[in-house]
Amino acid sequence: MNRIDELFNKKAGNILSVYFTAGYPALDSTVEIIRELASEGTDMIEIGVPFSDPVADGPVIQKSNDTALKKGMSLRLLFDQLKDIRKETDIPLLLMSYINPVLRFGIEKFCKKCEETGIDGVILPDLTPEIYTASYLGLFKEHNIYNVLLISKGTSAARIREIDGLSRIFIYMVSSSSTTGIKRNFSADQKEYFLKVKKMNLRNPALIGFGISDNETYLQACKYGAGAIIGSAFIKALSEGEGGKNTVRDFIKKIR
Amino acid sequence: MNYNIDCNGYYGEFGGAYIPEMMHANISELQQNYLKILECEDFKSEFSKLLKDYAGRPSPLYHAERLSYYYNTGIYLKREDLNHTGAHKINNAIGQILIAKRLGKSRIIAETGAGQHGVATATVCALMGMKCVIYMGKLDVDRQAPNVLRMKMLGADVIPVYSGNMTLKDATNEAIRDWICNPADTHYIIGSVVGPHPYPDLVARLQSIISEEIKWQLEEHTGSPDPDYVIACVGGGSNAAGAFYHYLDNEMVKLVAVEAAGKGIDSGESAATTVLGFPGVIHGSRTILMQNDDGQITEPFSISAGLDYPGIGPLFAHLKKNGRAIFEHATDDEALEAALLLTRLEGIIPALESAHALAVLKKIQFGSDDVVVVNLSGRGDKDMATYMKFLEETENKRYK
Ligand SMILES: Cc1ncc(COP(=O)(O)O)c(C=O)c1O
Repeated sequence: MNRIDELFNKKAGNILSVYFTAGYPALDSTVEIIRELASEGTDMIEIGVPFSDPVADGPVIQKSNDTALKKGMSLRLLFDQLKDIRKETDIPLLLMSYINPVLRFGIEKFCKKCEETGIDGVILPDLTPEIYTASYLGLFKEHNIYNVLLISKGTSAARIREIDGLSRIFIYMVSSSSTTGIKRNFSADQKEYFLKVKKMNLRNPALIGFGISDNETYLQACKYGAGAIIGSAFIKALSEGEGGKNTVRDFIKKIR
Repeated sequence: MNYNIDCNGYYGEFGGAYIPEMMHANISELQQNYLKILECEDFKSEFSKLLKDYAGRPSPLYHAERLSYYYNTGIYLKREDLNHTGAHKINNAIGQILIAKRLGKSRIIAETGAGQHGVATATVCALMGMKCVIYMGKLDVDRQAPNVLRMKMLGADVIPVYSGNMTLKDATNEAIRDWICNPADTHYIIGSVVGPHPYPDLVARLQSIISEEIKWQLEEHTGSPDPDYVIACVGGGSNAAGAFYHYLDNEMVKLVAVEAAGKGIDSGESAATTVLGFPGVIHGSRTILMQNDDGQITEPFSISAGLDYPGIGPLFAHLKKNGRAIFEHATDDEALEAALLLTRLEGIIPALESAHALAVLKKIQFGSDDVVVVNLSGRGDKDMATYMKFLEETENKRYK
């Protein structure tokens, strides 16, 4: 049991999870963005640990990663910035990155640090369910951290069942065959895929991510899944906004 | 020691498939089918026919007498430079497009550094009537201009990549992203023994024709199929994997893998991965890669676009770890000098990549009876601008 369980126990749907890149737009904006997202009623936050080669990400998040790295963001610095975060908020927090920075940091040390800091889950798109199960499952369990697995349009029904079996909290449902980015609406094809998964009655709730950018796509995600994960659109708002409280508030208002 | 992959695609501790779920369907389709396809008679006959009639194989094994005399040893050049399109890359491109056809794909993507893999891929796409998109770092677009023109004439879309260092690593990222976005109709022809399982094994098998030929050709020359040394340059490692393949289990044959040292291993501008790198994951494979303390992949440097890559194929991480191969390094300047030397002694202008392999001839103490095979992975046409600049800077009298 951790904060993500509590969230899902309280709320079965309409969950809004927002992604941002640590160290973007400013090196020390991390905690402030968490604070604002939490106070604007976001249900969950995914903190991106920037990586030099984010192959699952489109141009917007690539750019925020590059900027954050240039400013000096790292996993070490992030843990440092977050060391007192649990004194101010109980919002569920996940780290999202790629496997290489985590391996270099030391995966055991990483899990320990997550637990100490109050991180509830991680999303590492290039850590496959197979490799996770074979090598790291015990470690994550020991530190009470959820590893969130992805499914996508190309994932077969049998594999979705397997991933559902391995998942312990929620499934990250990638909305389309694409990298992260901004889309205006979902195609009939995508809706058919959402519906197919919905009808499977999975053990775990599914949050839909990739391409969610506005109220319409958010509502669609809530209709077919337990809620939405928004990344690129929020990063774009941060890059265009003045920064400060209004940017986050205006963005969340636009979404729901 | 075992130099084959295990059932999960690992050479020892290196390899595997670290991929986002969006690539799973394509990678697992390839994993499940590649050996079946490679072993089926109809593939084998089409592949070997194209290698022979189209690519011009077997490529000669040439006894370079003047170079041998210069180094006082027996040097044989495996002439991959004489293949159609000018490098070993065509072996892999032909093999993979035949696989793509059998998997029902109609669109091909590839990354390229020196442009040789891009040209080879664009060539086989023209041959098979398939749509072709090539990702190439902007820096490489500029420094390998002749190959860009060739790809365009062959009908490929060449997309310059502006991220990162704008070289091979970044082109590979972009090709991976393309595949994530176009999973249904597209096959990704990776150009080296890198990437997620099964690519390292697949590409090594397709390139293994190089050492298969060396064996019988050397036997014709010397009476024995086994040399004392095989030397090859390593970017990702596909020409070296091909040249080493049938000798891996024969410990009597010394295998020399040559990495690009750029301006010097400790200069901060180098691509000597096995010296400067640490274990990690790049482009879907656990291997050795150049990275900082935070696990960010660092920018390599080499004058040679084909060797300008911060990783190395997992087979080579394994060969390094267990000592089966000797890892040597050549700087930009050493490679340029070796290229000029070969040109003036033998009348062969090598690719800059291959020149790195030639450059270690002066670093190893060979016996006068030794038989040394150097894999001449490609020809130097694409590098003429770099060579001309070097010539102007050098007092070229030395070699007259
Ligand atoms: C002629 C030539 N040799 C070698 C290489 C390096 O690749 P690999 O290490 O896969 O053989 C390249 C790559 O572009 C090349 O064009």
